[in-house]
Amino acid sequence: MEAHKNHIPAHAHAHEAAEPEDTFLQGVKDCIPTLLGYLSIGFAAGVVGHTSGLSVMEVTLMSLLIYAGSAQFIVAGMLAAQGSAIAIIATVFIVNLRHVLLSAALSPYFRQLTPLKTMIIGSLLTDETFGVAVNQTAKKAAISAKWMNGLNVTAYLNWIAATVAGAFFGQWITNPEKYGLHFALPAMFIGLLVTQVMSRGKIRKDLFVACSAVVLVIGASFVLSGSVAVIAATVIAATLGLVVEKWK
Amino acid sequence: MEVRGGVLLIIIGAALVTLIPRVVPLMVLSRMNIPDWAMRWLNYIPIAVMAALVGEQLMTADHGLFQNKVELLAALPTFAMAIFTRSLLGTVVVGIVSVMVLRLIL
Repeated sequence: MEAHKNHIPAHAHAHEAAEPEDTFLQGVKDCIPTLLGYLSIGFAAGVVGHTSGLSVMEVTLMSLLIYAGSAQFIVAGMLAAQGSAIAIIATVFIVNLRHVLLSAALSPYFRQLTPLKTMIIGSLLTDETFGVAVNQTAKKAAISAKWMNGLNVTAYLNWIAATVAGAFFGQWITNPEKYGLHFALPAMFIGLLVTQVMSRGKIRKDLFVACSAVVLVIGASFVLSGSVAVIAATVIAATLGLVVEKWK
Repeated sequence: MEVRGGVLLIIIGAALVTLIPRVVPLMVLSRMNIPDWAMRWLNYIPIAVMAALVGEQLMTADHGLFQNKVELLAALPTFAMAIFTRSLLGTVVVGIVSVMVLRLIL
């Protein structure tokens, strides 16, 4: 792989990075629509962390170091259920394995960067920032690192603030589901899905892939755990997309 | 405000196994020439993964398939809002309000 390094023109997309819309601040602004979703889910994660016996400091450390909603729910739940360290870490690994697909799918847009910059971008990658970034790729060939960092850092800080607030106020809120806040996450995925399909200009193929993924994830849920079912459905549905392209 | 040693170890372990899948594909694949078919396959991943996540969260609730009627019904105005406004924030707000209203009605 190292040998390939020199063949990639380092400044291939330099002119695009100079556009005003690619700044760090623009990335911050483009993150704003996702903040409410993060806030409510992060708040819920903080509440759950608190109710399963984690200290505010431990909840904060989780958000700082793990920074993944589903994983943090699982750690809190399994700790409360006296799960072993190995079992907890293995479950978190499986739940977050779908990031492999997200990370791979973004890789073509970050060819011009140093390994360190790529690592920083990848380390803050989430479903939501991925969704926003992919919407951005519908508009331009490359995403600037500054814009991506603006998006990622805003989401990260918002997440930490939300989970810490949830852990603080957790003692008064026993059931965040009552207020419909748990629906913020699926609602955000619906929003990201619809805007992607509508902006890519191949609605029929995309709809076919999306519907396949939904059917597949339902079918897979009978035999696989939720997060593994999501990975399997994603891989098969994307492959079906290629198959359909071949037919036409 | 204490951090227990055992909990800290679990957090660090969980952080590492979360970091690796996030970082490695991006670092490795961004330095390789990806063949055309693989690029087209990766192109479908965003749609596929978002749809799979929506399907998983709406249809496969803890208590059985299609059992969470409130969420499934709330998905309708949420989709409509997304299609007609393409506003992420608006979609999230409509989703949450729909669940709250449906909880009161049903």
